[in-house]
Amino acid sequence: MDNHILESKSVNVYYDDMHALKNISMKVEANSVTALIGPSGCGKSTFLRVFNRMNDYIEAFRMDGEVLMEGKNIYHKKMQVDELRKSIGMVFQKPNPFPKSIFENVAYGLKIQGIKDKEFIQNRVEKSLQQAALWDEVKSDLNKSALALSGGQQQRLCIARALAVEPRVLLMDEPTSALDPISTAKVEELINELKQNYTIVIVTHNMQQASRLSDYTAFFYMGDLIEFGKTEEIFRNPKVERTQNYITGRFG
Amino acid sequence: MTNSRKNRLKDKGFEYLGVACSLFGLVVLAIFIGDILADGLSRIDWDFLKSLPSRKPEKAGIFTAWTGSLWILVFTTIIAFPLAVSAGIYLEEYGGNGRWSSLLEVNISNLAGVPSIIYGLLGLEIFVRIFKMGNSVLAGAFALALLILPIIIVATREAIRTVPPSIRAASYALGATKWQTIWNQVLPASMGGIFTGVILAISRAVGETAPLIIVGALAYVPFAPSSPMDEFTVMPIQIFNWVSRPQHGFTVNAAAAIIILLLITFVMNGIAVYLRNKWQKKINW
Repeated sequence: MDNHILESKSVNVYYDDMHALKNISMKVEANSVTALIGPSGCGKSTFLRVFNRMNDYIEAFRMDGEVLMEGKNIYHKKMQVDELRKSIGMVFQKPNPFPKSIFENVAYGLKIQGIKDKEFIQNRVEKSLQQAALWDEVKSDLNKSALALSGGQQQRLCIARALAVEPRVLLMDEPTSALDPISTAKVEELINELKQNYTIVIVTHNMQQASRLSDYTAFFYMGDLIEFGKTEEIFRNPKVERTQNYITGRFG
Repeated sequence: MTNSRKNRLKDKGFEYLGVACSLFGLVVLAIFIGDILADGLSRIDWDFLKSLPSRKPEKAGIFTAWTGSLWILVFTTIIAFPLAVSAGIYLEEYGGNGRWSSLLEVNISNLAGVPSIIYGLLGLEIFVRIFKMGNSVLAGAFALALLILPIIIVATREAIRTVPPSIRAASYALGATKWQTIWNQVLPASMGGIFTGVILAISRAVGETAPLIIVGALAYVPFAPSSPMDEFTVMPIQIFNWVSRPQHGFTVNAAAAIIILLLITFVMNGIAVYLRNKWQKKINW
C-alpha cells in the first residue's frame, strides 16, 4: 500500500476524560474505498471527523498524534482549515441540504471561494449533479427548494454539493442509514463509480455494505483499531476473534 | 355526592375559570376599544390626519404627531437593527460560555427590565447634552433604540438558535469560514424570527412616551420635522396633551388619535405574525 493519501500516526482523541481513540495509526489508500466499521460508540465517526477537523467544534475535544494528508500534517498551526476542507469533502448521516434552491446548494462551495464566473459555476453544478446521478431528476427545476426533494435525492444532492468543489477525498458518515433500500442502492452504486476519481472513507453499520463497497476495512472497538486490512481478508479470514464475532453478527 | 362526581365538577369548574381568566384581558380591551370608537371614530377624516395642531379642537389635527412618530420609528430602527442583530450574533456565535459572555448576558437581561424613563434620562445626558443633538428626532431615536436593543438581541439569539447544527456543519465541511457560514446560512434561515422581534420591538417603541418627554419631545410643535435634527412630537404625547385639556373637543380628538395609534400597532403586529408564519412554512427542518 504505497499510494496512500491520508495517514494517521498514533492519534489519540479525548473528550474530557473519555479516551475516545487510542493510538490509531492507519493509512488510507488513494482512489479506493475504506470502510470504518464497529459497534456504536467505538470511535469510528470521531476518527472520520479527525480527517477534516470537524471535531474542532466540540469543546471537550483534545487530540494528539499526527494526521497527514500527502505527507503534510493537517493539525499543523499553519494549516488553514478552510483550505483543507476544500480537498476533503464530507457527507453526513442525515441529509442536510441548505434551505435554498437545488442550484444554490451545489454552487455554495464555489461561491464561498469567491468564484463569480456564472458559466463556470453553471457547468460545475451540472457536472456535479451528473456525477451524483441526480441531474436527470432535477435538471428541469434547479430553482426548486432542496427541501422539497425526497430523502434519497437530498442525500445525493449533498454528495453533489461536496463534489462541486472537486475534493480529493470524500468522507461519508453512514450516508445511507437514513435512506430506504432503493435510495441506498443508488448511493452505493454512486460510491462505486466515484472511487475512480476520489478517495472515499465511509463509516457504516451495515456489514453487507462494507463488504460490497470497500477495498479496505478497519474494525474499531472501544476506541481501539482492532484490525485493518483488505476487505476480502477481513471478511474471509479475520485474524482477531472479536472481528470475526462482529462481522458475523454475534455482537454489535 | 360521589368522589368521582366531585372530581368531574372540579374539572369543569377549572375549565370555566380558565376561560374567564383568558377572557378578562380581552373583555377589558374590547370595552376600551368600543368606548374609544364611539367617542372618536366620527372625528377621523383626511383633514384630521393632515392638519397641524391648533387651539381650536375642531381645527386641530395629528399631522405633526404621526409624522414625528414615523421619523422616530425609522431612525430608531436604523440605529437599533444593526447594533442589536450584531450583538445577538456575537453572543450566540462567538461569545462562548466564558465569564465575559455570561456577564454580558446577565446585563442585557437587566437592560430589558430597566424602566423606560431611565432610558430617557440617559438619552438626555448622553445624546442631548454630551453629543449636543438637542431636542431632536435623532436624540429621541437613540434613546428609544437603547430601550429596544435588549428585545431585538434576545429575539435574534432565539432565532439563531433554531438553525440546526447540521446546517452549520454542512457549511463548514465545504470550507466556509465562520463568518461565511453565519452570513450565508445562519442569518437567512433566522431572518423570520429576527424580523418578528424587530417589529414587535418597534411597535413597543411607537407607544413609548416617558423617555421622549425627557429627551425633549414637545407637546406643541407647529411644523412636522423635515430633518433628523428637527424638534418633534409623537402620537402618545399628543394624546396625553389633548386628554389633559378641559374642552370636550380635545377629548374627542384624543380618542380619534388613540384609534390611529392602535391601528398602527395592530398592523405592525399583524405584519410580524405574517412574517413568522411565512418563514416557518418555507423552512421546515
